[in-house]
Order: sequence, then structure tokens, then C-alpha cells
Amino acid sequence: MIHLILKRLLWMMPTLLAISFISFALIQLPPGDYLTSYITALEETGESVAEEQVEALRQRYNLDEPFFIQYGKWLNNLLPFGFTRQDSGSYLWMYSEGGVRSFNWPGFKWPDFGMSFEWNRQVVELIGERIFLTVVISIVTLLFTWALAIPIGIYSAVRQYSIGDYAFSVLGFIGLATPNFLLALIFMYIGYSVFGVSAGGLFSPEYVEAEWSVAKFADLIAHLWIPVIVIGTSGTAGLIRVMRGNLLDELPKQYVMTARAKGLSPWTLLVRYPVRVALNPLISTIGWVLPGIVSGSVIVAVVLGLPTTGPLLLRALQNQDMYLAGSMVMLLSFLTVIGTLLSDILLLWLDPRIRYEGKA
Amino acid sequence: MSESTTTEHADGDDLYTASQWQLMARKFAKHRLAVWSGLTVIALYMSALFCDFLSPYGLEDQHIDYIYAPPQRLHWIGPDGVHLVPFVYGIKGMRHPETLRKVYAEDRTQVYPLRFFARGTPYRFLGLFETDRHFIGVDRGGTLFLLGTDSLGRDLLTRILYGARISLTVGLIGVALSFVFGLSIGAVSGYYGGWIDNLIQRLIEILRSFPSIPLWMALSAALPSTWSPLQIYFGITVVLSFLGWTGLARVVRGKILALREEDYATAAVLMGASKRRIMGRHLLPGFTSHIVVSLTLALPGMILGETSLSFLGLGLRSPITSWGVLLQEAQNVQAVAMQPWLLTPAVFVVVAVLAFNFVGDGLRDAADPYGR
Repeated sequence: MIHLILKRLLWMMPTLLAISFISFALIQLPPGDYLTSYITALEETGESVAEEQVEALRQRYNLDEPFFIQYGKWLNNLLPFGFTRQDSGSYLWMYSEGGVRSFNWPGFKWPDFGMSFEWNRQVVELIGERIFLTVVISIVTLLFTWALAIPIGIYSAVRQYSIGDYAFSVLGFIGLATPNFLLALIFMYIGYSVFGVSAGGLFSPEYVEAEWSVAKFADLIAHLWIPVIVIGTSGTAGLIRVMRGNLLDELPKQYVMTARAKGLSPWTLLVRYPVRVALNPLISTIGWVLPGIVSGSVIVAVVLGLPTTGPLLLRALQNQDMYLAGSMVMLLSFLTVIGTLLSDILLLWLDPRIRYEGKA
Repeated sequence: MSESTTTEHADGDDLYTASQWQLMARKFAKHRLAVWSGLTVIALYMSALFCDFLSPYGLEDQHIDYIYAPPQRLHWIGPDGVHLVPFVYGIKGMRHPETLRKVYAEDRTQVYPLRFFARGTPYRFLGLFETDRHFIGVDRGGTLFLLGTDSLGRDLLTRILYGARISLTVGLIGVALSFVFGLSIGAVSGYYGGWIDNLIQRLIEILRSFPSIPLWMALSAALPSTWSPLQIYFGITVVLSFLGWTGLARVVRGKILALREEDYATAAVLMGASKRRIMGRHLLPGFTSHIVVSLTLALPGMILGETSLSFLGLGLRSPITSWGVLLQEAQNVQAVAMQPWLLTPAVFVVVAVLAFNFVGDGLRDAADPYGR
């Protein structure tokens, strides 16, 4: 098992390298760069931009260098091991008055995600201030999904073709077929027309800028349920189908019959064996939760105006704010790779069949 | 077999000689919901095909006097008794005295019966000949906005019918392309194994660990701005399929890995069949039904994808009319609260997606030879 995990860890390196290259290429793909779109935006409002200022900005952000040099510098900054940038702007050597003083050797350093053009702030700061609420929403949504889907899935399988099963199936299908953003719109519409409140955001206006307090926390809880339901619905619906299908596959198997013949109570039997097997697919998709924390709910977050990382990423991509967008895409892919690895390890640990297959 | 039981057995005899596809069709027909959904799907595609005939107006017909007009109700009972053909009342707009918003009221003095094969905006029927006949319409002077109008006074029903053309075909082309990619790449990966398999699996892993929104945005931003809307539409379907093939490739690979070990595959190898022959002749038929099912289930995903991305402004843009583009008008709460009928395209999206899902479900049950 340890051998397998080590092998997977080694494989992660080239995967991540490839991802970093694709991310950077993708961000560079649209014609122009942040400065050109910035200048057009300024000119549209009637402002003129000084030629020298543009040139200075281009120099500062290495925008005129060839693609591979730009990529190399970016990658070097991202890594925890590499060259550190000197005051002169060079990575490889240090200048002093008499010319090159010494060469710079690679070493351990803190990864540097760079600056955001648009916000003129460190990328780390920008992501950092939004990540907490994003994680809260994602985890609550996940718990909501599981708390609802697993019992309903079990019920639907055990009482197949009962009225309850049909009702949940219909609800589940509608949940799957409704686009998230539409659900968000409907909730907001109901909130607006019935309760006269705007359902957007995570806080009431008076708490947005306030310090954390019990009252602010209560306000968050009061607002949290709408995004959680909106984001969680399609996942819940899908999970119910998966859970039901898996359990239906397991129930007619002989081991279930054997256990029943030996006099195990139906409930203990159900929870101890078939449900455990049926949970496998849930575990294998747990890895997708991690990237979902950052990007999964972009559309809903835009519609509901949530202060999460999704809209930040969207804006960064639209404005070609390349260091912010690049770091976020990289972060997302990194989380996916880690998440897949985690769920594989979990599966190995939980399911002896997979464990032994790996050994053979 | 005795004479008296022939009729009884006819069905059974059929069952033994029926091909796999005939068996599937028979099982599918028993799934009532799936059959009805299948008919719904066909109806949707038909209305998309004949949208210019079915819709009361032309796609870009603007009615300046009727901006954000609410849906008009069809009436059967008028002031002069019961009508055989439903009719609509004329509507007149006026300014709300306080909010100055335009509000509309039915004008009960004007009665416009529904006319079939009415004259309207000329169009080319299926691109074959010029005509101005529309399936439904009303006489001159009247209006027929069964689903209301949008911010430019265009009939929403007309636009939804035209939008179906784009929204329903985006998925088809995308699925067809991802089918080709997924099948061939998955087959190669599963059959040859070794380093080829490893390489392809890593590639899939990389593509899958890529967040789809940035990938989509970057690719659609990279489409040349000189392209016509139609070319962009095509480009976007390619982008969709570029992301969609990985799932199918995995399924195909898994199936091939399993089937490769079967005795009949070994027998074919021993008899000297070439790899290509074994793959195409012996292994592929073993899981065609699975592929059909996963394709049907992939379609609603693509429809939802197009809708969501167009809604966000990342996918198709006007002047192309798709359901997602129509929903862009319903982007903020105020608009939805004032003009709730702007959400009707979403109803069509939900119905289409549901129908595809049920058809896929029915096909899956029908394709499973061990089904209960």
C-alpha cells in the first residue's frame, strides 16, 4: 500500500508540471494581455494613457519577454525550491558596482504567487480573505448533501417502487435537471417578492464590514442556507441515484441472503454490509470536493453575490489578470490531484477487495 | 411444437431469434416514462426544425409599443359567448402613475381570434421556398404574445422556438465529437495497455483535474474575433467535446480491459485474428449499448453546460439565440420580479434535460441483459 502511494506521489510531479504549463498557456492564449485590455477600458471612458507609463508597466511585469521565459519565471516563483529574485530583478546573478558580483544558487524559499494587476495586491492576500467563507460554504454543503442523500438513497433502495421511492425519484430528477443558477434565481425571486428581502450575499448589510461577533455569526447562519440548498441540490439528487443504484446491486447478492439466514436483524445487516459497499462511489468522488471548494459554485456565487473565491477567479480570467488567474487555476488543479490521491487512499483503506487487487 | 400453441409460442420464438437491438427495443417500449420522454424529445427537435413555421413572428421582429408585455391569455369565452377557436384580447400599454413603468391591460373591446396558417413575416421554409404562412397568428392590428415579450419587444415564444435550434444541437455535435475521441482513445488505451495506456490515463487525469470554467473561458476567448457567430457556435461545441471525451474513454477502457480476458477473445487471438479485427469485431459489440446509454446521458449535461455558460456570458452571445442567451435577460432579481415570464426558457431547459435523462434511464435498463 505504501509502495502504491509513493508511486502515485511520484506521478503527481509530472502531472502538476504539465498542468502548470497548460494553465500558463491557457491564460496567455487570448490575444492581448492585462495592460492592453486595461488601456482599452481606460480609453473607452475617455482617459488617455501616457506612453511612458505603459512602457514602465510592461517592463515591470516582464510582459514583453518570450513565452517560455515568462513561464519559467512564473514557475520558479511558485515552487518552494528555486532561485530567489534579486533587487536588480535578475534571478541568476547579483550586480554590484564592479559588474556581476556573484551567482545566485537555488535554495528553499517561500512560494511567491505574485501580484494581481487589477487589485494591485498580493495574490495570497486576495485568495486568503475569501477562502474562509468558501470553505465554510463547501463543507456545510457537503454535509447537507450527505445527510440528505444517504438516508434517502437507502430508503429508496430498500423500499423500491414504493410511493416514497417514486416521490424522491421525481424530485431527484427535477433537482438534477434544474441548472443551479436557475434555482438561485427562483430563491431570490421568492425572497424578493414574498419576504421583501434580497437573498443575495452572506451577510445583512450592517454586518458586511463588521468584526466577527456572535451576532455576525448568527447572521451568517441565517443567510447560509440559501446558497447551501442551491449548490447542494443537484449533488444531492445525483448522489441519491448513485446510492440507490449501488444498494440495489448489492441487496440481491448471496452474502446478504446468508446473513439474513443466520438471523441478523435487518437493520444491522443493512448498515453493516451492503451500505458499506454502496458507499464506495461516494468516497471515490470525495476528491472532487476539494477543487469544488474554490470553483464549484462560480455561477451560483455570481448570481447570489457571494464573497467567495469563484467570482474572483471569473473576474481574473475575464480581465486577463494573469498572475491571479494563473495562481488560482494552479491551486485548483493542485487540490484536484491531491483530492484524487486522498480518495484513492481512502478506498484502499476501506475496501479490502481493492487493497488485495493492488498487491496482486 | 403442437398446432394449438403456435400463436402462444410465436412471441416466444421471436424472443429467441431476436437480435440484441430488437430485445432492447422491446424492453424499452415497456418503460412507459421513457417512451413518453422519447416522444417529448422528438417533439422538441421537430419544433426546432420547423421553428420558423411554428412561431407566430420572425426571430428579430420588434414591437416597440409592447416592451416587456406580459403573456397574453388565450380565451374561449368572450363577451359574445363561447368561441370555437380561442382568441386573445388586444392589449394596451400605459404608464403607471407612480412608478412610470409601462403596464399593460387587456382591452376587452378588441377580440382577435387565433388564425391558423396566418400571414406574417416572410421566411424561407427549411431553406427551400419563400413563404409568409405561420402556423398560428392573429389578424393585423392584434398581437399574439403567448409567453410575453422581452426588453426589445420581441415575442418570447418565437425566440424560445428558435433558441431550441441552437441549444438542442450544440449538445448533439459535441456528443458526436466526444464520442469519436472517447471511443478511439479509450479503445487504444485499453487494448494496447503498457506505456500507451499509462500515458493516456495521465492525460485524462490532467484534463479532468482542470477546472472547467477557466478552460472553457480561455478556449472561447481564443476563438478569433473575426469569426461569424456560426463559426463561434461550432468552435464552442468543439470546446465542449474536448472536455467531454474523458469520461467515455474511461468507460471504454474499463470495458475492454474486462472483455479482453474473456475466453472468446482468447479464442480469436489463437485463431490468428488481427488486433484491429478482435477489437472491432469481437470486443466493441460487447459494449455498444453502454456507449449509447452514456451518450444519451451526456446530452443533457451539454445542454446544461451551454445554458449555464451562455447565462454567465461566456458561451454564446446574441445575435445567436439560444436558451442560455435568452436567460441572460433574467440575470438580476429586479428583472425577474418585474417580468417573471423571462424565466420561461428555463422551463424548456428543464423539460429537455429531464426528457433526455428518462430516455437514457430507459435505454440503460433496456440494454442491461441481466436487468430485473
